[in-house]
Amino acid sequence: MRISTTINGAPRTFECEPGTTLFEALRALGIKSVKQGCDNEGTCGACTILIDGKAVLSCITPAPRAQGRNVTTIEALGDVANPHPLQTAFVDAGAVQCGFCTPGMILAAKALLDEYPNPSREEIAEGLSGNLCRCTGYVKILDAVQSAAETMGRTRP
Amino acid sequence: MSAEEKNLKVVGHSVRKLDAMGMACGREQYVADHDLSDAVIGYAVPSPYAHARMKSIDTTRACAIPGVHKVLTWKDVPRIVHTTAGQGYVEPSAYDSFILDSKVRFVGDRVALIAADTLEIAEQAGRALDIVWEILEPVLDADKAMDPGAPVIHDEPEAHMPIPVPYDASRNMAASANMGVGDMNAVMTTSHLAMSRTFTTHYAQHCPIEPHVCLGYLDGRDRVVLVSSTQVPFHARRITAQALGIPVKRVRVIKPRIGGGFGAKQEVMLEQATAALVLATRRKVLLKMSRVEEFLSRTRHPIKVSLDGGFNADGSINGMRMSVLSNTGAYGSHGLTVMCNCGSKVLPLYRMSTVAFDAKAVYTNLPVGGAYRGYGATQSAYAMEVFLDEVAEKLGIDPLELRRRNHILPGESSPVFAALGEGKPGVEQKIGSSGLAECLTLGAEAIGWSTKRGKSGDGPVRRGLGMCALMQGSSIPEIDMASVSMKLNDDGSFNLACGATDLGTGSDTVLAQIVAEVLGIEADDIIVTSSDTDLTPFDVGAYASSTTYLSGEAARKAAIDIGGQLKKVAAEMLGAGLEADSLVLGGKKVTAPDGRSVTLGDVALRSLYQANQHQIASIASAISKKSPPPFSAHFAEVEVDIETGKVTVAKYVAAIDCGTAINPKLAEGQVEGAVVNGISYALTEEYLFDEHGRMRNPGFADYKIFGTADMPELVTILVPTWEDTGPYGAKSVSEICINGPCPAIANAIYDAVGVRLRDTPFTPQKVLAALRAKEQGSVRGPGIGI
Repeated sequence: MRISTTINGAPRTFECEPGTTLFEALRALGIKSVKQGCDNEGTCGACTILIDGKAVLSCITPAPRAQGRNVTTIEALGDVANPHPLQTAFVDAGAVQCGFCTPGMILAAKALLDEYPNPSREEIAEGLSGNLCRCTGYVKILDAVQSAAETMGRTRP
Repeated sequence: MSAEEKNLKVVGHSVRKLDAMGMACGREQYVADHDLSDAVIGYAVPSPYAHARMKSIDTTRACAIPGVHKVLTWKDVPRIVHTTAGQGYVEPSAYDSFILDSKVRFVGDRVALIAADTLEIAEQAGRALDIVWEILEPVLDADKAMDPGAPVIHDEPEAHMPIPVPYDASRNMAASANMGVGDMNAVMTTSHLAMSRTFTTHYAQHCPIEPHVCLGYLDGRDRVVLVSSTQVPFHARRITAQALGIPVKRVRVIKPRIGGGFGAKQEVMLEQATAALVLATRRKVLLKMSRVEEFLSRTRHPIKVSLDGGFNADGSINGMRMSVLSNTGAYGSHGLTVMCNCGSKVLPLYRMSTVAFDAKAVYTNLPVGGAYRGYGATQSAYAMEVFLDEVAEKLGIDPLELRRRNHILPGESSPVFAALGEGKPGVEQKIGSSGLAECLTLGAEAIGWSTKRGKSGDGPVRRGLGMCALMQGSSIPEIDMASVSMKLNDDGSFNLACGATDLGTGSDTVLAQIVAEVLGIEADDIIVTSSDTDLTPFDVGAYASSTTYLSGEAARKAAIDIGGQLKKVAAEMLGAGLEADSLVLGGKKVTAPDGRSVTLGDVALRSLYQANQHQIASIASAISKKSPPPFSAHFAEVEVDIETGKVTVAKYVAAIDCGTAINPKLAEGQVEGAVVNGISYALTEEYLFDEHGRMRNPGFADYKIFGTADMPELVTILVPTWEDTGPYGAKSVSEICINGPCPAIANAIYDAVGVRLRDTPFTPQKVLAALRAKEQGSVRGPGIGI
């Protein structure tokens, strides 16, 4: 079937089978920042993306669900030359070790902060609880999201 | 002397990890992010049986499925025995593996290799293999593996140990080792307190979020190129060539960004299989493990540790004996060395004149052990530290004080260092640096040891404190070697090429910081390439807590050499009569005593283009003559719900002496990652098997690893010391802290509810059973003492 969607701000059209996951579709479109750490069962969080601003596990989301929606992957948040405050905060806090969970983790944090701009540490922990990281022990990830919330709060009009 | 006192400019500072922003922006490339448009998908058909022989295999139906490119069975690949352990040559692990064999030895072992257009087609082809099986009785209990008449798992004639150590496949014995100093029997009969206890630890998986993955293809010269998620690119190249019977020169291994490893990716499992499929299909092949396969690939060895100890009334140790039975699973990968590490990384922590160690590793038809962060020390430190907690209680001494009275100090040695190595005698060493005393003090303060301990309360949720002391090593002495090469670029930047393998640890950044410190530049003036066996010089790879200590020393040596070359050219530029040695590096310049200077860019342009032209470059190697231990003290505060048995860690403090923390934030990250992995291992991670040896929970839904919502309050305290033999005083940091949670939590549970847990993990069922046994006054349940 033919899916028309918006990915990272640009209109995209692609063909897929009804059973194709959005993860597979995005990878086929060359978006490699979406990672896979479990067997398409939504248990690791590495494939997290945003659909209309909400965090979604793309490995258990049928690709047709993207029809007519806004899909956001980490590429749209910021670039190495012009990063998003969350990306800067993750780097500066030491929250990036192997980096494999990082795009999904940052997108989950983005969805969280968009809904709750001033979350407590417990709320951040709850909001990121579906995203596994085996490297960091999470301390610096929670630090990073707290720090980004402060930065984003300061820059918010 | 600390890094701070040395006035270091780059080392000791938390500079940004060089690859972090690219990762945060999704720009860094992992194996599966390479161009796969023309790749076929590789698949290893898993064995459904724990122990069986294929009497015949017919691939006709499988090969006929459209989209199937190749089906390889044991008949189609060279039968060359090797080990997958990914260690230096000659490996201290049993040679008992083939790319494919007619016999399978655990559920998930490889039956055949398939290349197809898609994974689904490959799986379909796997199901279409017509196999006549001879089902063999499996060995599923390590305690019974060496019983007379037990089924022999490695009955193939090729199985052998490539180094001269005891090995007896006919008895399922994968390794054996022992050492002894003094008379333990006398210790046990004459000591004020003599105590014997047995502890068991469980299977666990490393769970890197990126499962193992390898992309292989033939280049224009018909060489096999493998882009692989490996911790050991050079060993992977050597072992791939060995297993296929092709020259090393025909194999190139490239390590891009790696999504974590923790020891799992020291195993060379995918590379030889990928290469076999590449050579058979002459196509690009992607072989990627599923999460299920990851769980069935390599694990932490489950180990039974028995301790006998004799103590004086003042808590001093007369002697200890450690007996180890390690279950290495179906293959002997790291069987010998993990069990030896049980002794060599734990017994030397305490002063004792009499000491004995006796260990065996046995084959079973269960998942294969391997290298896992902590590497045996995790298992035996649990035993030792819970044992000492009980000794302290029996002697009426504060457990903290018992450690203080006995722990090894700078200038002291242990007979274990010299006696116990990796398949050969060890290397004698005296402790150079230790901050353990301060770790104990600072950790105790942070947890509230003197005020909170022994106050469990009387509600349904009881609180308790527990602690432990730890050591590890830094590299394998007189075995490991690391090298780097460097060259100067036009603008005064440098390329640093290293075989050292950053798998997320930040070692690229750490090495760059060391080089930058020597040369008076910034870490981001160094362009690090790691690793490519065609381009970067040899390094054993990322294991044995070696990279900062050993590869870092190679980087420091190369940088010092480069510094001399820079000064020589600068002296020519700054005028006659200047001694190169009188010049000083700093601020991206070389400065003369009179204040005149040239920039490194000026030096580069002159040496590359203008006068006395040559490439300023260096290659340097480092070998380790000792393995200086990092030390650590851990403290846990737990809550135990006596109605449900659930244990929650409320607060955890890890104080660590890793010498100089080259990058404190990255060092803290190593501590925090290791601690949380350790807590998760202690409380929730568990392999569940059915009666046929099949793991019932190979996925994150049923194998619970900690997430953000499970986190205790975590406090990390870096205690700086200066290790004279390490680069800028550094020792290792990566492994040690995973060893603390099991004993610290077990001891805290005892403080809270008075039951000793001598069998990991501390699940609610186990805690509840222990509490009930205590209520009923039974002396001892399985693995549980009161």
